[in-house]
Amino acid sequence: MIRQFTSAEFFFLLSAVRWTLLLSAIAFAGGAALGLLVALARTAPWQWLRATAGAYILVFQGTPLLMQLFLVFFGATMVGASVDPLAAAAIGLTLNAAAFLGEIWRGCIQAIPKGQWEASTALGLHYVTRMREIILPQAAKIAVAPTVGFLVMLVKSTSLASIIGFVELTRAGQIVNNATFRPFLVFGIVAAIYFALCWPLSLYARHLEKRFGTVSR
Amino acid sequence: MNYVFQFGDVFNAWPELLLGAWLTIRLSGLAMLLGLAVAVLCALGKTQGPRPVRWLVDVYVEVIRNTPFLVQIFIIFFGLPRAGIRLDANEAALLAMVINAGAYCTEIVRAGIETIHKGQIEAGLALGLKRLQIFLYVVLFPALKAIYPSLTSQFILLMLTSSVVSAISAEELTAVANNLQSQTFRSFEIYIVVTGMYFAMSLMFAGAFALIYRAVFARTDAAR
Repeated sequence: MIRQFTSAEFFFLLSAVRWTLLLSAIAFAGGAALGLLVALARTAPWQWLRATAGAYILVFQGTPLLMQLFLVFFGATMVGASVDPLAAAAIGLTLNAAAFLGEIWRGCIQAIPKGQWEASTALGLHYVTRMREIILPQAAKIAVAPTVGFLVMLVKSTSLASIIGFVELTRAGQIVNNATFRPFLVFGIVAAIYFALCWPLSLYARHLEKRFGTVSR
Repeated sequence: MNYVFQFGDVFNAWPELLLGAWLTIRLSGLAMLLGLAVAVLCALGKTQGPRPVRWLVDVYVEVIRNTPFLVQIFIIFFGLPRAGIRLDANEAALLAMVINAGAYCTEIVRAGIETIHKGQIEAGLALGLKRLQIFLYVVLFPALKAIYPSLTSQFILLMLTSSVVSAISAEELTAVANNLQSQTFRSFEIYIVVTGMYFAMSLMFAGAFALIYRAVFARTDAAR
């Protein structure tokens, strides 16, 4: 039996946005924490640490996100942990975001002029003090624009969680479409909601880019 | 953890997996070429066209770049048949990838065209070249050279993104893996092998593109 597309279906889609937002927030928080470590490791004074972080970035940027989600999902089942799709998607997206943010922030750290590094070393500042007080605050300023740009990509990426069965916006759209059979209308609304989330972020990222005069993306 | 890895079923299926990888490369390559053609037209419209054309290009680029690829595929695969346009999964996947790649490449090509100095175009006019000649030889080819690195990384990104078209069961590497998974239930083994195949493909293409750059463009750099 085919159901009508009513306001109930519309609000079902709208309420699924919170899961998209929650997943984006978890992945961004986790990805930022891990990504900072990756960026620091990538710029560390030790060759082996730089190489390890470089390999991490290469692998996560060189394989499909969908495969990464599948591996987390099926890998967890394999070790006997019953993992719910939200946890699997959150872990997969976090690991992926860490690689992308790590690479973006590495560029920002390395963009700080060499004189700043040399001056802080000449002052006898320890690595931790040097990074915390001199390098990272300056790097953070140029990191804002590309980080907001990445956030757009992250919000769109959460749609892949629907493939491992997590009911967020895209999966909600599939469910409604299966019941109402109005694909243009349903996925049109879904796309419009994503657009409403992402477009302001895109515009903001572009505005920041102009303001800080950076072209890194 | 007392899981016993069994790769036997995966390795026995190597002909299917290789065929899937080949289809992924073909699909991505075709989508990239057609997407690039769309992008050149859009970038031309965006930089030379009248206001409504510029506005249309903006809408196209912004809508595609700010919505998920998966939703775009669903609209094309489930939506178009309702409008009377019948597409099988592979055609829908190709169409979605061309539309997606076209939007991302438009931004890249436009940025490339903007690197061309105005004096170059004026010099072309002074030499009596036609508008089309100026666009092709003075603007487009030098622009393509400037954006070659962005275009090649966009291609690798497109190839990795193409795994998403398995959601509508188009026949490429991820779809082959999904079929194999439902027959053998060796999920982790299959996906780790397929992930390795994607990784090898991106490394191969990155290496090949770097070699092509050295062979084609680096020579013209040195001659300057």
